[in-house]
Amino acid sequence: MTDAEAHAQHAGLAHQFEDLEQQQEADALGIWLFLVTEIMFFGGLFAAYAIYRWLYFGVFQGGSHILDIRLGAANTVVLLGSSLTMALSVRSAQTGNRRALVLFLVATMILGGIFLGVKAYEYNQKFVEHVVPSLDWAPEGQTLARLSPGGLEHAQIYFFFYFAMTGLHALHMIIGMGLLLWLVLRARKDSFTPHYFAPVEVVGLYWHFVDIVWIFLFPLLYLIGGRY
Amino acid sequence: MSTATLEPRVHAPRNYLNADYGWKSWLFTLDHKRIALLYLVSITFFFVIGGSFAVLMRIHLVEPQGALVQPETYNKLFTLHGIVMIFFFLIPSIPAVLGNFLVPLMVGARDLAFPKLNLLSWYIYIVGGLFTLYSAIAGGVDTGWTFYTPYSSTYSNTQVTAVAIGVFITGFSSILTGLNFIVTIHKMRAPGLTWFRMPLFLWAMYATSIIMVLGTPVLAITIFLLALEHLFHVGIFSPALGGDPLLFQHLFWFYSHPAVYIMILPAMGVVSEIIACFARKRIFGYKIVAFSSVAIAVLGFLVWGHHMFVTGQSVYAGLIFSLLSFLVAIPSAIKVFNWTATLYKGSISYDAPMLYALGFIGLFTMGGLTGLFLASLATDVHLNGTYFIVAHFHYIMVGGAVMGYLGGIHFWWPKISGRKYPNMWAGIAAVIIFVGFNLTFFPQFILGYLGMPRRYAFYPAEFQVLNVMSSAGATVLGVGYLIPLIYLIWSMRYGPVAEPNPWGATGLEWQTSSPPPTENFAEIPVVTEEAYAYAPEEAAGD
Amino acid sequence: MQSLPFQPEQASTIARSVDQLYFFLTAVTLFFTALIFSIIFYFMIKYRRRAPGERPKAIEGSFPLEVLWTAIPTLIVAVIFVWSSTLYFRNSEPPKGAMEIFVTGKQWMWKVEHPEGQREINELHVPLGRPIKLTMTSEDVIHDFFVPAFRVKKDVLPGRFTTLWFEATKVGTFHLFCAQYCGAFHAGMIGSIIVQEPDEYESWLAGGAPGESMEQAGAKVFQASGCPTCHLADGTGLGPSLLGVYGNPVKLTTGETVTADDAYMRESIVLPKAKIVLGYSPIMPSFQGQMTEEQLNNVIAYLRALGKAQPKPKEEGKQ
Repeated sequence: MTDAEAHAQHAGLAHQFEDLEQQQEADALGIWLFLVTEIMFFGGLFAAYAIYRWLYFGVFQGGSHILDIRLGAANTVVLLGSSLTMALSVRSAQTGNRRALVLFLVATMILGGIFLGVKAYEYNQKFVEHVVPSLDWAPEGQTLARLSPGGLEHAQIYFFFYFAMTGLHALHMIIGMGLLLWLVLRARKDSFTPHYFAPVEVVGLYWHFVDIVWIFLFPLLYLIGGRY
Repeated sequence: MSTATLEPRVHAPRNYLNADYGWKSWLFTLDHKRIALLYLVSITFFFVIGGSFAVLMRIHLVEPQGALVQPETYNKLFTLHGIVMIFFFLIPSIPAVLGNFLVPLMVGARDLAFPKLNLLSWYIYIVGGLFTLYSAIAGGVDTGWTFYTPYSSTYSNTQVTAVAIGVFITGFSSILTGLNFIVTIHKMRAPGLTWFRMPLFLWAMYATSIIMVLGTPVLAITIFLLALEHLFHVGIFSPALGGDPLLFQHLFWFYSHPAVYIMILPAMGVVSEIIACFARKRIFGYKIVAFSSVAIAVLGFLVWGHHMFVTGQSVYAGLIFSLLSFLVAIPSAIKVFNWTATLYKGSISYDAPMLYALGFIGLFTMGGLTGLFLASLATDVHLNGTYFIVAHFHYIMVGGAVMGYLGGIHFWWPKISGRKYPNMWAGIAAVIIFVGFNLTFFPQFILGYLGMPRRYAFYPAEFQVLNVMSSAGATVLGVGYLIPLIYLIWSMRYGPVAEPNPWGATGLEWQTSSPPPTENFAEIPVVTEEAYAYAPEEAAGD
Repeated sequence: MQSLPFQPEQASTIARSVDQLYFFLTAVTLFFTALIFSIIFYFMIKYRRRAPGERPKAIEGSFPLEVLWTAIPTLIVAVIFVWSSTLYFRNSEPPKGAMEIFVTGKQWMWKVEHPEGQREINELHVPLGRPIKLTMTSEDVIHDFFVPAFRVKKDVLPGRFTTLWFEATKVGTFHLFCAQYCGAFHAGMIGSIIVQEPDEYESWLAGGAPGESMEQAGAKVFQASGCPTCHLADGTGLGPSLLGVYGNPVKLTTGETVTADDAYMRESIVLPKAKIVLGYSPIMPSFQGQMTEEQLNNVIAYLRALGKAQPKPKEEGKQ
């Protein structure tokens, strides 16, 4: 290889590794292991959700009716789009296309931002409808009518899971946005080459994981009401 | 012991300790060996805190009506004793101190896979510790380290949220350490170091790391839900609001049972290293011992229900958890037999590390066998919630894990500090600890079967004699723990300088200087022999 | 076998068998501990290092030995498992005809109610030689009912019933402990089980204060809460008749069939919409918070009595 390539090869090699290949393998294994821990983390929450849904099926159906399925569906499309742009940014890094890399990272951030904006609107709606457990719980009118068939006593539990699950997901997205910003700044400083773009891959995997969590959340929270 | 001399430091070769000076070089270090020492200081601090709570408890229990504090205070003492000892001492101890120091050396690498994550995990541990200390100072917590609902979520008005945050945060320290070890062992082994040439300590750290990575996140989410429930009273664990208190117990024990294997597997790894070295023999049944570590890690995830036999859960669930709990004992028994067989036709010396390792085997055997009483449904009904449980887990965690930790510290101290400690005092301390430990905890088995429940701030007078015996033993144990603290600190300044391999042990860590240079090895070693190549045909000189 | 020095009295029908198992476990523990200790001790001395450069020959392992010391522990734990599980299973259901007593745990006391209406705090009088079934619930946090002399223990949970049974074999007074940490005075939540000769027990029962049995008290609560308004005896009301219901299967609107046990009865009062009887609408209001645990227990005792009555014939057309 040329001197420039050799230099590029060694740029970004951390001192504890023998070569870039070892470093890349270690980074890949590291992020996959981290994602496994995230699966266990969300898994506990999903397990609790499953148990309460089995116990209070009517309440969960009723609660699901309060959510706006169109917003949820739109957000799903937005997030899937952001995974596409994320994958394209990894591809750009692989091919050494700095401009495209930055563009796609920014696009991912924009789509992520839209998702969070819609979420914020939805959260606000819950306050408007007074279905926030413990903080603002006083459902009335149409909302009350939707929740009653399932039994009002335990509807708070459904909304607790709504806020806990989407809130934890949103927190992960916000962290992801921070990571994306970091990547954008590094990319603009030419930190990445076709030989070294592990941080982009790692953040990419993280972002895809956060997307997949939403793919589970959407049906479990929005679609179980079943009234389309 | 010759007259102590101040070894002149000015001619000491460059090593990781003197490579750089100043607080910044320690607090911003990326060197796994320095990070291990940061952990060593912090966990010793928490051990002293947790131990002080224990001393207060044992003094208090000398009298049936309680000799020292109000019941509410006693309840806070046992809660914080448990939380501090488990989360801030036992779980990090061997992995974060010995593991961090040794894993890169043993695999023949220059550092762990992710040194920055390693430093981050220490800071995370410290922040978690600060939250917990805050909760102790700001009024304490009185829920028991098990935080059962609805008491902890709805009824207790102590610092539940603060300590929940502390435990939640510290969990991530555990996760990152485990992640680092798994990647390092998979990807950074020196040329020639195949899986079955690895020292058993690495197998133990690997199995432990699997549990840390898979189990700790479940604790995190459980504590997170508990904190939300405590703050917002939504009802997820409170029956008055439609929740299920037993759901908390299932989620909690799903982590906390594997957690006990996080605490014991590393100690077993240490014991393998020590026995091999001080019997000068390869561990008998090496592969079996390696596999049994992994088996314990896997089976350990399947037995959590044995903490809930008397909760009114289905008899059939009880039967399944009982059967699995019996099965998880088998790999541990296999290890004990293999260690014993290693001594056969060995060449055994009685140095302090060996005394700790042998103490471990004896006490772990007893503690493990008393676990059978608890896996057995019919006897567990009588014994659950009594001092029998307390005795059982202290035999394993103190008689086992702490002795393993101390044995490891004594074994690798010359490598870590570059100094040797007085062997006579070390041996005396080991014996005092062994005796004091048994005096403290054996009476508790009897107390348990007689029916004295645990977590009692006062008790019927008929239990007093055994309680006094236990407290007397605790005094001896406390003295035993102080002695190593003294001579190990002393040795850092006045101990004789250690050679690279003072014990004549095999293993890559002994092939570099004591203490090692920052980069661990001048050149990455190439491994050509099996682990524990002590036998004449395997010995490469010496 | 008599109980050994370090065991509590054996005062129930199961105590002896539990102690026998315990004795076996102790023997196994002592045997293997002694075995390991002595082998190690022996090896330590016999194979002590005699010269600094000594290097023993390598011994890789021994597959037959591994099989042996895997098989033997497996066999031993299998024996323990079968023995213990059989004992546990046999002891898990109370014999028929057990005397039913209600226990309510609350921070930090035990409240006991006999079916005849006799109430006790922190004490439980029982007759000798009669199986006693305790139906227990908590008013607040998790407690645990533990009688060492009987070798019985069961957690007591809020919001549901747990049961425990025993048959006392000795007259006397025995410790009752709470064995699940429940807050500040957990250690003070102790009491006594007082076992009396049957005739003494009868006279104790008769000498007590309230002349009202749980069933009678429950009937009063039933009336006062307005239950008869909907639960007409012939089943034509807005709610199903309760005659002949307790202990029998009930068909629900979901198609499921459940047994009308204590838990079902309790749930139907505090969470009526959870299970709707086939042919009826979910209109019953909840009585959560309007009845104390004691009142709930009394109503259930009354419903048990109604369960023994013959159901009145229903009209045709109403399913």
